[in-house]
Formats: sequence, structure tokens, C-alpha cells
Amino acid sequence: MKLHPILAALRKHKAGVVLISLQIALTLAIVCNAVFIIGQRIQRVNRPTGLNESNLFLVSQQWVGAPSGDDAASIEKLDSLQLTDLAALRALPGVESVAPINSIPLLNSSWNGAVDTKPGNTNQGSFHGTRTTYYFSDEQALPTLGLHLVAGRNFTAAEVGHQGFRDQRGPSLVILTKPLGDKLFPKGDALGKVIYLNGDTAPSTIIGLVERMQVPNVASWTSEYTWNATIAPTRLDANFSRYAIRSKPGQLDATMRLIMPALYKVNPMRVMDDNSVRSFGEIRDRAYRADRGMAILMGVVALILLCVTAAGIVGLTSFWVGQRHRQIGVRRALGARKIDILHYFQIENLLIAGAGVLIGVLLAIGLNMWLMTNYEMTRIPVMYVLTGVLAMLAIGQAAVFVPARRASNVPPVEATRAA
Amino acid sequence: MFSYYLELALRSLRRSPGLTALMVLAIGFGVAASMTSLSVFRAVSGDPIPWKSSKLFVPQIDIWGPSGRRQGGDNEPQDAMDYTDAMALMRDHRAKYQSAMYQISPSVVPANADQHPLNVGGHAVFSEFFPMLDVPFLYGSGWSADDDAQSAAVVVISSKLNEKLFGKTNSVGKTVNVEGHDYRVVGVLDNWNPQPRFYDVVNTGGFSEQVEDVFIPFQRAIAMGIPNDGNTNCNETPKESGFVGMQHSTCIWMAYMVELDDAAAVTAYRQYLDGYAREQQQAGRFTWAPNNRLRDLPAFLELEQVVPSDTKVSLLVALGLLLVCLVNTVGLLLAKFLRRSGEIGVRRALGAPRKAIYLQFLTEAGVIGLTGGVLGLLLTGVGVASIGLVLPKSISDLARLDLSLLIFTLVLAVVATLLAGLYPTFRASRVQPAWQLKSN
Repeated sequence: MKLHPILAALRKHKAGVVLISLQIALTLAIVCNAVFIIGQRIQRVNRPTGLNESNLFLVSQQWVGAPSGDDAASIEKLDSLQLTDLAALRALPGVESVAPINSIPLLNSSWNGAVDTKPGNTNQGSFHGTRTTYYFSDEQALPTLGLHLVAGRNFTAAEVGHQGFRDQRGPSLVILTKPLGDKLFPKGDALGKVIYLNGDTAPSTIIGLVERMQVPNVASWTSEYTWNATIAPTRLDANFSRYAIRSKPGQLDATMRLIMPALYKVNPMRVMDDNSVRSFGEIRDRAYRADRGMAILMGVVALILLCVTAAGIVGLTSFWVGQRHRQIGVRRALGARKIDILHYFQIENLLIAGAGVLIGVLLAIGLNMWLMTNYEMTRIPVMYVLTGVLAMLAIGQAAVFVPARRASNVPPVEATRAA
Repeated sequence: MFSYYLELALRSLRRSPGLTALMVLAIGFGVAASMTSLSVFRAVSGDPIPWKSSKLFVPQIDIWGPSGRRQGGDNEPQDAMDYTDAMALMRDHRAKYQSAMYQISPSVVPANADQHPLNVGGHAVFSEFFPMLDVPFLYGSGWSADDDAQSAAVVVISSKLNEKLFGKTNSVGKTVNVEGHDYRVVGVLDNWNPQPRFYDVVNTGGFSEQVEDVFIPFQRAIAMGIPNDGNTNCNETPKESGFVGMQHSTCIWMAYMVELDDAAAVTAYRQYLDGYAREQQQAGRFTWAPNNRLRDLPAFLELEQVVPSDTKVSLLVALGLLLVCLVNTVGLLLAKFLRRSGEIGVRRALGAPRKAIYLQFLTEAGVIGLTGGVLGLLLTGVGVASIGLVLPKSISDLARLDLSLLIFTLVLAVVATLLAGLYPTFRASRVQPAWQLKSN
């Protein structure tokens, strides 16, 4: 089929052609970026925390009228309150293990600092080294959270100490995540080396490395050190406490229900509410709610856009078919086959959509660059744009098929009728 | 004449129901998507205290100096305060009203022994906090400057906590047990929950689900060792341990706000801040030149990027959707109007001026716009109601439909469709009657 008659006919519908190409271009630009945002969010939400997340839950509670934790005696008092809770929780049926912990991945409450291979840098006025988050727990942290130890060993019960919440002393032993260990010791020989926490002058020895453990915050400011975690064998004593609990397989809900009554029984002078006992699933849900919401919103908008554009193509082509009834009849009478008429409209659409996607690719890249300069956004991979182009052309063909087939069914006798 | 055009429009729209439905749906969805995201955007970017925000200022002092700044970043000083400097500013008392504040999360023990203790959120503030922010009271009022000075055991509670502890009665004068100590209620707030939490953005991040249930005098909270529940950022390890150690450190954990009523007061306060920083430099505490900021509230909220970038991107994408829907409508109207060239030719030949053609076709576009707008209203209602399913509660709770949004939705739909109808109508009015009549 020659393109010449199609182009000549399109020139008669300049405005319509320009509008439909523009619509296709805008749709492509927006849908590409929307799908890219969806892809990024899905990737973010699906990254593993490094924890065995099933059968895991977290208890947060606060004691009423507890001592301040500023002096040694009150710290001992707080620690005994915590140990009593731990003993009660560990004795519950359905509980496999319990670890006291200051925070867990995705909880959005963190203690962050920096570790370095050299001691004391405080004279410069700020922490130098590699950023990390700190998890303070005991020897039960690894089995309870289901962390995967790739080198070295876990803490022993005898190595676990305790200190006040605002006490800045660093522990003498630490377990690091492998990514943090590799960053500090690029040769991969972190095990057994010493590091200094927060510009401290006292060394901490690395006795183990876990494969992966995410930081508690998911906000973008933590993206530089998402996998840098330092675990200290220290129970923190404050007027509040958190316990990570692993239930026996399949007994999560039943075990979670036992917690509040059991803790009130040990000591009623404490504050707990609906959020005090939360499964890790709930914590994950909450942490990524904004990301999921954004992905859903972008999905809805992209879907509406594609429907509107497809329907627009159907509508406009239908009109053109109706308008050209007589010409189609003439062509049929002169010997054009049905398939020729069908192809005519399909090729016409391909030309219009082709022009649209060419502009659309430029708009998509432009929009992406604009989003990159104004918001946190990365460069859109070529694959997204190419897939978008192919999808747009396919949608155009699908949308044009019904009116084009109707056109091909116009009988040659139309040529003899008045328009 | 208008009713005639209306009749013509309805007749024409009925003749091609599929196409009419398509245009109405496109306008409806486009408008609804824009309005839903606008309702969220408006909720998070709104001025929380419009009548006063230009008089409220947040002083920033360069507490950490050059070493505390991001490398390659700007010269922006810290956005929160340490204890030492906040107290010095309070002592100097140079603004009309001022208050240092920090977030607390104490426990409250109900008098009824059957009830478990509850955890409440709130702030430790100075007495001027209440008049400065025009805090509304249901009963009583804030406390006095004397109460500040004496670290009095007084408390202002929310109407919600009042209801929980005392039923719906006036509890002023009664006592509330906060962290094991009795506090006398001096005031009950009248449903005050500003979003964003503009007086303490650094600790709340702007939007907070946690309700502010208690306010206690700052000095009292410090004296009782009620620790801060918000963020703490340290540039160096505090030399002493505990909450007291933090008060002696350069760690920043406090918000600070002042009211300055006119330009002269702003200039004077700026000079005061620079003078203060220079004094600290001379005293050897700061080893760098004064580097202060004094932004009014809207500028500070902008600096803190209170409006989530997701909200802005969503609004942008939704507006893009509306644009595509409009382009779609232009194309369809164009095809529809030009198909009636014969009819236009007859009308023009019978003496109808161009103006009449304009009116006729714009009426048709207007009808589509209005119908699309009504559909858009319904869909916006659905959108705003279901936004809570996908967005975090702290934000989705703020988005609501009100009369102005409803009117705006309708107006937007009609105006946008009329604009979309302009070019097709222009083309229709250019139809040459002679040519049309001949060709038929």
C-alpha cells in the first residue's frame, strides 16, 4: 500500500491529527513516568529487611512513674523491671524467643551515629566515619529476628551488659552487617578488627557479621546507609522498653493476644495501647503505606489515561469512517478489497500514533528530567520508554480495529448513494 | 434563544450517545482526579494559622558552626535549638511573645483505679505560647509568667483528655496525675489540632497523628526530668550522661518561635540575634562568625519541606491527566461539529450570524462540561473518601470536601470544556454556507 494517499487525506484533517498525536504524546509522557514511579516503589517495598518476618512481633510499653534513669541506682531499678518483663514473656506458651531491643527495621524510630576505624575524632566537632544505625539488644537478637550470621559468632549471655538510655558508652563487642563491615574494611576482613563508635576512644571488636539488616527508617535521608547496622550486646534502660518476640510457627495471633494481660499481671503500672503489640506485618504495612499509596495513585491515573486515549482514538476514527463512507464505497467499487480498507485505517493510525510517540518520548524524558531536578527522582531507564512506545502503538492499533473493520464492511454500493 | 440552543444541543448529544458519554466520562475523570489530588495538596500545603503566620518567626542560630554542616551544602544553620541557647534567648526576652518548646510523651494515671494508665502526647512550653498562637480555650486559660518562673505544677489539657478523665465537665482547678505527680488543670483546649504542627515541625515532621493532650510549663518539665520524646541530633557525644547531660550539651532537640508584629521589630530581632552570636563568638563559645536566620512561618515550612513531594508529584500528574482529557475533548468536539457542516451551512444561509453559531455550539460544549462536572463531583466524592485507603492516615485525614472545592470542581469542568470547545466552534463558524449547500 502506498503512503501517499493516506498522507494526502490526513492533510485534510490537520487539526484532528495534531490533537490525537498530542494526546498520544502526553499520555506516553505521563504513563512512562507514572509506571517508572510505580516500579521504583515496588522495588523499595519488596526489598528484604534481612529479618525472618513471619511469626515475628514487637511489644512497646512504658512504665508509669519509673525512675529517670540518670543515676546508677535508678538504672539498676529500670533494668530489673525489664528483666522481670523478659522472664515473664519468655515463660509464655507459644513464645519461641524474646529479645529486648531499642528498635527494629521499618519501625521509624532510630538511634543513628557513625563508626570509624580510627579512634576519637571529637576535636573536629562532628562525627567522622561511616554512618550506621545502632540496635541495642542481647544474645537473643539473632535467633529472634532471624538474622543470618555469615561470619564469626553470636554474643553469649555473659557478654550482655546494660546501661542507661542516654548513656553514650560504646560496647566492647559488636556485630555488624556485612555491607557495613565491607565498607569499613574493603578487603572483606572485618571480622576480629576493632572500630570506634561515634568518635569514641575505646575500641569495639567485631565478633560477627550478619548478611543483612535494614535501618529502622525508610525515609530518603537514610538511603545512603540503608544496610549499615551495628548491633550492641547492651540492654538499654529507660522509662520505656521494646521486646521483639518470635512465636512458635503458626501461633502468632494466639501468642500476641497473651502479651498485654501477662505484662499487666507482672506490673500494672505501665502504659500500653492498641499499638503496643504489633506484628511485623503491621509494621511493614505502615512503613510503606505512602509508597504503596503513591504506586496505587499512579496506577489509577495511568489506567484512566490509557482508557481515555484509547476511547478518543475509537471516537475520532469512527467519525472519520462515517465521514468517508462515500469515499470508501467508491474505493470498494473501484476494486479495493475489504482488507485494503482495513489496512488503510490501520496504517493511518500507525502514522498518527508514530508521530505522537516521537513527541511523547521527548516529553517523557523532559518530564523525567524536570522531576529529577525538582523532586527525588532518578533517570528513567530506556526500557520503560521503549515499552511505553510499543504499548502506545499497540493500544492505537487495538483501538482503531473496530472502526476500521466497520469501514471495511462498507458495501461498494455506497458509492452511488448521496452522502 | 438560549433554550432553543439548549434543545439543539441535547438533540445533537442524543444523536451520538456513545461519543457524548465518552466526552462526559473523560471530563468527569479528569476533573475528579485533579480535584482529589488538589484536596490532598490543599490540606497539606495550607497555612495552619493564616491570620498570623506572617508575624510568627523561627530564629535559627548556627550552634555547630561549619563542621556541623553537610559537606558541599549551603550555609544553612541548624533548624532546632540546644538548651543553652534557647534559654539565653528566653532570658533576653526580646520579642513580643516567645517560647522554647520540646515534645513530651508522659503517662497520665486516671483517678479511677480500674482504668489502666494512658500515654499522652504534648509539649513543654512557656506561658507566652498560648497567646502567641491564639490557642483557643474551652475552659480556663494558659498559665501565667509567674507559673513559668516558679515551675508551677499546672497543666493545660485537650478537650479529648478532659472528656476521658472528667467527662464533659469543666475540670479547671482539678488535678491530673502526670508521670506520678499531681498537676492542677488551668485550661482545657477547645479542639485544637493544627496541621501541619507548625510550632514544632522539627520534631513532628509536620503532620502528626498523635494528638496534643497535655501542655506543661517548660521549667517544670525540665525540673521533673520529663525527657524529650522528639528528635535529638548531636554533633558530639555529650560529656555527661542522662537528660541533664543533654541539657549541658550542644545537642539540638528544641523548637523555638517568636511573634514580631512589624518590620521594625523584625529588624531589631535580627540585630539582636547577630549581637547574641557575636557575644558568643567573643566569649569563645562559637569559633565562627554569626550565621543566623529569622524566617517567618510560611518560609520556614517551605524550608522544612513540610509538603511531601509525593503530594506535589501526584497533583502534577493529575493535572496532566486533565490536560489529556481536554485535548481528547477538543478532538472529539471538532469532529462532531464539523460533521454538521451541512446543518451549519443551512443555518448560515437562512441568515444566522456567526455569533449565533458560536452560541449554539458553545452551549453544546457547556452542556457536556456541566454533565462532566456533575460526574466529576460524584467521582471526587468517591476519590476523597477512598484516599484514606492508600495514603498515610496523618495526611489522608486532612483531605476533605467542602463547598468551595465542590463549586471549584463544577466551574473547572464547565470552563475547561468551554475552552476545549472554542477552537471547534471557531472552525464551525467559519463554514462557508455556499460551499456546503453546493456540495450537497
